[in-house]
Amino acid sequence: MDVTHFDAIVLGGGPAGLTAGIYLSRANLKTLIINEGSIGGQMVLTHAVANYPGVLEDSGRNISQIMKEQAKSFGCKIESNVEITKLDLKSSKKMVEIDDDEVFTADVIVIATGGKPRTLGVSNEEKFKGLGISYCATCDGDFYTDKDVVVIGGGNSALEEAVSLTKWVKSITILHQFDNFQAHEKAIYEATNNEKISFILNADVKGFLGENHLSGVKYQDKNTAEIKEITTDGVFIYIGYIPNVDKFKDEISVNERNEIIVDSNMKTNVDGVFAAGDVIQKKFRQVTTAVSDGTIAALSAIEYLQSK
Amino acid sequence: MLRTNLKHIESEEQFNEIINNNENVMVCCGRMGPMCLPVYDIMENLEEKYPHVKFYDMEFDAPHAHVIRNHPLARTFMGLPFTFYYKNGEAVKATTSIQNKKQVKTILDEYFAK
Ligand SMILES: Cc1cc2nc3c(=O)[nH]c(=O)nc-3n(C[C@H](O)[C@H](O)[C@H](O)COP(=O)(O)OP(=O)(O)OC[C@H]3O[C@@H](n4cnc5c(N)ncnc54)[C@H](O)[C@@H]3O)c2cc1C
Repeated sequence: MDVTHFDAIVLGGGPAGLTAGIYLSRANLKTLIINEGSIGGQMVLTHAVANYPGVLEDSGRNISQIMKEQAKSFGCKIESNVEITKLDLKSSKKMVEIDDDEVFTADVIVIATGGKPRTLGVSNEEKFKGLGISYCATCDGDFYTDKDVVVIGGGNSALEEAVSLTKWVKSITILHQFDNFQAHEKAIYEATNNEKISFILNADVKGFLGENHLSGVKYQDKNTAEIKEITTDGVFIYIGYIPNVDKFKDEISVNERNEIIVDSNMKTNVDGVFAAGDVIQKKFRQVTTAVSDGTIAALSAIEYLQSK
Repeated sequence: MLRTNLKHIESEEQFNEIINNNENVMVCCGRMGPMCLPVYDIMENLEEKYPHVKFYDMEFDAPHAHVIRNHPLARTFMGLPFTFYYKNGEAVKATTSIQNKKQVKTILDEYFAK
């Protein structure tokens, strides 16, 4: 198997990874970004980013494409939609194998693998994806015109997406596991004052019902412990994001929420390994904070290589 | 027209010509939304590795997309994109909603083996 050496490898091609790629390659370091998904990461899930300074409003996809071109213009190589099949972060020469057939080594690694939507992990969730279960109101909302749907979750995304679904649907029931919302005031106000939206609080989803297509949700009423069912045409799930650390959480220190622990220079517990973006332990997860982390991680990595 | 690097199907005649004149065809019918974009990216990525398969996209809201929207295999589909796999002009497999690279490759390897 051919082995290609790089000064730096960045794992993840969202805003944090692309920023790290821009800084590393602009410092004349031979840099490779390896991305398991599509370039842009969670940013491409956003139809309109309106809070990224310098850009009045643009789609996450467009901003990602520009960041990608910027990184490539400095010589950064990018491998996307690949699978990491082997990884060694602890040795002084780090190693990443992709798709079982290509091996790359590097002196320094930046982990910027972001997060992925949390799933409920209950029965029939995967089976009914696209057959009644959706994770994107703007994509699939019009399939539910004049129908009754359930939105699961109680954070900003759940409440905002429920309000946006009211354009199409007849009614929405928001099922939430707590008796209060984890969202900002505006989102709560808009959802609770919308006459199409009703709420079932303190409800634990236990599974999805149906034969070839979703027909209902089974949940436990936490007040009474009673198992109940609700009939519905569709379910939209927004229950937050979890860090993508499965591939390396045995090597890198993570906290109880599986977020990578870093110092203020984005350095992890492993020599020569830095981390940035949504995958690290922090409070605010935005494109701006990801880009900032990516910058700090790359500059620290450059300093680390110069000191060797 | 979808803003992807894939070849686009822009009429029903072109669609029929493509599926009837090529043994293996994958068509992703969607919009420029977050569930569809990753599938287009995966297809672009696989074009080189699967030279015996033709990869196309089709705009979900275009009139000619009824060939996919109203296909019996898509009867229960409620999530974009609708992705169809044609062998010698016949739809042999269809999926709804976002798919990852592994899922797409599994279908290509099963239905379009070299
Ligand atoms: C629906 C939605 C709307 C949002 N709207 C906004 C907004 O309007 N404004 C704003 O500022 N922020 C918004 N955010 C938050 C913002 O998108 C994230 O904070 C930001 O994308 C995080 O960037 P990241 O690079 O750390 O991670 P990500 O964007 O998650 O990118 C990580 C990348 O790494 C890849 N990856 C995963 N595992 C591996 C692995 N093992 N190896 C290699 N690659 C891997 C992933 O496929 C992905 O491409 C939104 C998020 C969501 C979900």
